[in-house]
Amino acid sequence: MNTSPRRLARGIGTALVVVLGLTACGSGGDDGPTSASAAEIQAALDEGGSITVWAWEPTLAQTAVDFQELHPGVEVEIVNVGTGDDQYAALQNAHSAGNGGPDVAQIEYFALGQFSVSGAVSDLAGFGAGDLEDLFSPGPWNSVTGGGGVHALPMDSGPMALFYNQDLFEEHGVEVPTTWEEYLDAARALQAADPDVYITSDNGEAGLTTSLIWQAGGRPFTVDGTSVEIDFSDEGTARYTEIWQQLIDEDLVSPINSWTDEWYQGMADGSIASLATGAWMPANLSSGVPSGAGSWRVAPLPQWAAGESAEAENGGSGLAVPTASGNKLLAYAFIDYVTTGEGVVTRLDAGAFPATVAELESEEFLSAELPYFGGQQANQIFADAAAGVADDWSYLPYQAYANSIFNDTVGQAYVSDLPLADALGRWEDSVSAYGVDQGFDVG
Amino acid sequence: MSTPVTTAPRSKGPGYARLRTPRRPSTVTRPRRSVLLTVLTGLILVYSLLPLGWLLINATKTPGGLFDSFGLWFAEDFALWDNIVATFTYDGGVFARWLANTLLYVVVGAGGATFLAVLGGYALAIFDFPGKRAVFAVVIGAVAVPGTALAVPTFLMFSRMGLTNTPWAVIIPSLITPFGLYLMWVFAAQAIPRELLESARIDGAGEIRSFFRISLPLLVPGTVTVLLFSMVATWNNYFLPLIMIRDPDWFPLTLGLNAWNAQAATAGGEVVFHLVITGSLITILPLIAAFLLLQRYWQSGLAAGSVKE
Repeated sequence: MNTSPRRLARGIGTALVVVLGLTACGSGGDDGPTSASAAEIQAALDEGGSITVWAWEPTLAQTAVDFQELHPGVEVEIVNVGTGDDQYAALQNAHSAGNGGPDVAQIEYFALGQFSVSGAVSDLAGFGAGDLEDLFSPGPWNSVTGGGGVHALPMDSGPMALFYNQDLFEEHGVEVPTTWEEYLDAARALQAADPDVYITSDNGEAGLTTSLIWQAGGRPFTVDGTSVEIDFSDEGTARYTEIWQQLIDEDLVSPINSWTDEWYQGMADGSIASLATGAWMPANLSSGVPSGAGSWRVAPLPQWAAGESAEAENGGSGLAVPTASGNKLLAYAFIDYVTTGEGVVTRLDAGAFPATVAELESEEFLSAELPYFGGQQANQIFADAAAGVADDWSYLPYQAYANSIFNDTVGQAYVSDLPLADALGRWEDSVSAYGVDQGFDVG
Repeated sequence: MSTPVTTAPRSKGPGYARLRTPRRPSTVTRPRRSVLLTVLTGLILVYSLLPLGWLLINATKTPGGLFDSFGLWFAEDFALWDNIVATFTYDGGVFARWLANTLLYVVVGAGGATFLAVLGGYALAIFDFPGKRAVFAVVIGAVAVPGTALAVPTFLMFSRMGLTNTPWAVIIPSLITPFGLYLMWVFAAQAIPRELLESARIDGAGEIRSFFRISLPLLVPGTVTVLLFSMVATWNNYFLPLIMIRDPDWFPLTLGLNAWNAQAATAGGEVVFHLVITGSLITILPLIAAFLLLQRYWQSGLAAGSVKE
């Protein structure tokens, strides 16, 4: 029921990818330079050449055009080989085959570990990336670093907020929740007012669960090189399961799969009243729910206890340079331009959400009135959230696989009497067993 | 014609009452009607046409209208034309490129596959040579192997040859249709009288001449059948291009539409369901046209062999 064919196919694809990637790191030999000075990078830019970029982020196209104008000898080709898992499959295949890969690849933070552990992406510290820490907000920077290396440069970030349909809340006289306890009450009140209205939809989605555990203070994954610890018995996880278990038990969340047409429809027809997700959501809302313009608003993410100010990230991606890249100097120059240079402004103007401190704190960005949210200065809320993200969170080095089996294990809690905490335990077991099979030291 | 059936009942079983009712014998021109059968076929007709109707209706809706209106009826604003224009202009007109790619894959891939199947099937049906039984086993075996199982080996092989991410990676595997070859083999064995070939040889025609002049016209119905099959298979092919092609400039329509659809499932992506639906409608039109144009050859093919000349 919960496993759509697409999701299943993705799961199988991801499983294949990880197997291929971790067992058959095929590309040996000359992997090009591992460090370069600013002068050497400048020389490469003057000399010119061409690089291929695998990315699906729509604002990169204009950024590449600008970059080429700045450096006439350089040719940047942006190729959309698929989004998310599709692209990772392609990337890992290219890495295993030892050819056919890009010079730059967009990789979401949760999936980056898979590529850095298998040596598929270069450590950028030698190119000067190690000095950039202060430029980025802590959540994204922590996501791209690990084991002493910088595996990508943060391109955007997804500090979480609560997106809600204000008209719907007002119509039913329900207050916008500021804590998860209030959220539970709001869910009950909305259901009582109209049985067709659910506060949100969730049928077991890894991204949402891990982000909320992150916010609640849980740190289920500890990674140190190839040694991994998985533990869902900490206090943060318990805070999450306590509230979420009640939402599930009382049928307060709609069982619709996220990212499907039904999901967008639910937000359009008012049966899904709110959404706790990353700051990139406005782009999806404005094109996917055009009729909701003016009705929707943004509020800070509800807190696990009144008075706290804990935040978390959901989504966001960085630009990495695969080890097999034939032109690493140009590749680095390009991602540096996109993530720290003028490219940031170009992308911001086109609607992207920044990961850089300067932009997150700029007056122009903070005071922008977003038309979709009725002129609300929503960026202020996102920026506050970005600043409050705890930076000690880590994902598994095979998180893409783990996420792909989330719905099969934890999803059971949504459709049967299995308690959510036990369901997370099942996920832990499956993920641990898989990690051991892949040669990780799982504790 | 309407003589009542007066068969004397052999027993007084449950069929007795029905035997008594007068019934016209069924003929080709006046087939017997059955209400149950008509209703059943009607249901299947509705079942098959419903998705098509849905597609047609929803291609006329704006993105907002898609979610605000009843799925099987039109929304207030009729945006079919806008949607078609948007489909062809979105993202730098990449849809037209995908359409051209698909046509290329179909013309070269399915056309080539048909040509090879006709040549091979004819040769296997007409000529005797040692090892024919082995060839037969290989062909039948190849029909049984699902294409999906060959995908990964094909990918690795093509990757070594440096052919992935080029149109050849889609065209070359499409050229091989064991089923088409088998079909042509069986068809050629039935449709070409050996006497005709004998007399052609006696009259001095070479093998190539008699193939093109005598056999090929006789093979038209079978050829069109294979052509239709491989055309539809290539046009709808998703998995092979999915693993072979990275560059959106070489995407066929199936991959391109999926890429558009996937944008809705991407953080920060633009949701273009209306373009996916309109694009899907445009995608099936050429196939419908091909069927309408080719079906008369196909029908004559289905009747072949049913009458003794």
